[in-house]
Amino acid sequence: MSVDVTAPREATGSTSAVATVSNWGYRLQRLPLHIVIIFFCAIWIIPTIGLFVNSFRSLQDMNAAGWWTALFPPHGFSLASYQQVLNTENVQASIVNSIFITVPATVIQLTIATMGAYAFAWMKFPGKDIFFIVIVGLMVVPIQMTLIPVLQIFKVTGIEGYLRVWLAHSGYGLPFEVFLLRNYLGGLPREIFESAEVDGAGHAVRFLRIALPMTLPAIASLTIFVFLGIWNDLLVSLTFLGSSPQRPFTVVITSLVTSLGGGWQFLTAAAVLQMALPLAVFIALQRYFVRGVTAGSVKG
Amino acid sequence: MDQYIQAIIAVIAVPLVLLGYIYGGEWIIERLPERIQLWIRPYFWALPAIGFATVFMVYPMLKTVYLSFRNGADTQWFGFNNYIYFFTFPDTLISLRNSLLWLVFYTLFAVGLGLIIAILLDRVRYESIAKIAIFLPVPISAVAASIIWRFMFDYQAPGTTQTGTLNAIVTGLGGQPVAWLVNSTTNNAALIFVGIWSITGFCMVILSASLKAISSEVLEAARMDGANEFQIIRLVVTPLLWPTITVVGTTMLINALKTFDIVYVLTSGAYDTNVIATQMFTQLSNSHYGRAAAVGVVLFICVVPLLIVNIRRFQQQEEQR
Repeated sequence: MSVDVTAPREATGSTSAVATVSNWGYRLQRLPLHIVIIFFCAIWIIPTIGLFVNSFRSLQDMNAAGWWTALFPPHGFSLASYQQVLNTENVQASIVNSIFITVPATVIQLTIATMGAYAFAWMKFPGKDIFFIVIVGLMVVPIQMTLIPVLQIFKVTGIEGYLRVWLAHSGYGLPFEVFLLRNYLGGLPREIFESAEVDGAGHAVRFLRIALPMTLPAIASLTIFVFLGIWNDLLVSLTFLGSSPQRPFTVVITSLVTSLGGGWQFLTAAAVLQMALPLAVFIALQRYFVRGVTAGSVKG
Repeated sequence: MDQYIQAIIAVIAVPLVLLGYIYGGEWIIERLPERIQLWIRPYFWALPAIGFATVFMVYPMLKTVYLSFRNGADTQWFGFNNYIYFFTFPDTLISLRNSLLWLVFYTLFAVGLGLIIAILLDRVRYESIAKIAIFLPVPISAVAASIIWRFMFDYQAPGTTQTGTLNAIVTGLGGQPVAWLVNSTTNNAALIFVGIWSITGFCMVILSASLKAISSEVLEAARMDGANEFQIIRLVVTPLLWPTITVVGTTMLINALKTFDIVYVLTSGAYDTNVIATQMFTQLSNSHYGRAAAVGVVLFICVVPLLIVNIRRFQQQEEQR
């Protein structure tokens, strides 16, 4: 018998010779399919590999030859770019800023969103439908439409630094999060809430002891999604923090890219550092990650 | 150091404050007459979310419309002058054209490639690994993606060693190196391609999920009737996926209109690559608030049809609940 475990289903059970022949024919027929797939995968993965390889090369090497030459000896790998990036003014501080912007902003908006979603899912009040339709509408409003007045609000009230982006990110993120969590919360079985009510549990208890624990999977996926969205954000930080000392890593990288004429190549290391966290999260929490990314659209 | 303390306090304090808000508020509400309780409680719960949405989205939107009819310093009415500027100044017209290019090609290719790759991968055994490769750019920020592609598009004078991957391939095949990001015939295509590269994995994952939901019996039946693979994809799979394709498609249209990061980092809008969103940011940083507001309003008007589609779809879903 053919020992090939990849033999297609039709071939099993036939004699060895026939199986081998039809197997090869079948494989040959599918060859174009594999070539097309490998071609796509290559386009989608090679640029990132190129950046990664280049980040470990010296500036002279990068200017002398393409990254692919480093795949063969002499590699000439070094950490010079990383040293240069980390010693560039503001870079280390901005990485810390990124963390101190992202974590509180994520916590603030998800806490408020969960509470609002509970009201929309399990309470009746006049105007609820209209409020919620407004929220559905707000999900697609470009934030450009809001930047100037929000900037003015910050100037008038004297809100500075981190607090600006915490609040702005929370405001911009809420519509989507309320929408998603309300759909999830609304899908929980009604009987649980009713029996809790009969037992005399108030809304505070029902929310914290029943709704919240049951929503945790959705909140976990959403947390990853929101966290990375803020970590990767450029526009909001650029607008509200500009050149302030609290600006995040993305803003500092961008200003280095646009201000450096030549010699920008060492920013490969900055890009690797910036995307290390998102990629680590993606690889470690793949399933949650993809669920978080797709949740909003698949629900349809 | 103060900032760090501030951040740590925020992470701990915000949930605690909300917890206090819930317990404290409920404590008070439970002591009110029943009828007032029923009336006031939902608003109490929804207030933080509605408040945020009002302060950071609803009010600013209205204010932006107002500002778009005022002069730059917001001292007097300016009529439609900001809009006239937008629709007559060559520079802004180019950004309008580019946004249109993004709208068409970004959406078409992101959804199209996402669909094709999802269908192809459905037929091979190494699907999950290939999916990771295609999805990999999704978590990467536009800033990092722009640096990745700066290397791909890198240009050196003809005759010298090409260090950019694309130009190395072009010259390797005997062609002349192309200044992808400077040349005005290629730069918009190059930028849009970076956008497509970043988002195709997202489209693929969603389309793939609903592809898996198509029952194999339907496909078997089509095969029994003698349909070949291409006919099955065109006549069976695509129509069944159509609802998902429209959802992904509208999301991509909105993405295309909002495009900012990639253009801003790769070219800063130079060499005729500005889009509406970068144009708006330029006006904003030059303190032309009236003009910037008008650009924002134009962007919003472009989104309105999609907004209506989204609300309709939501209402249909609600009826089915």
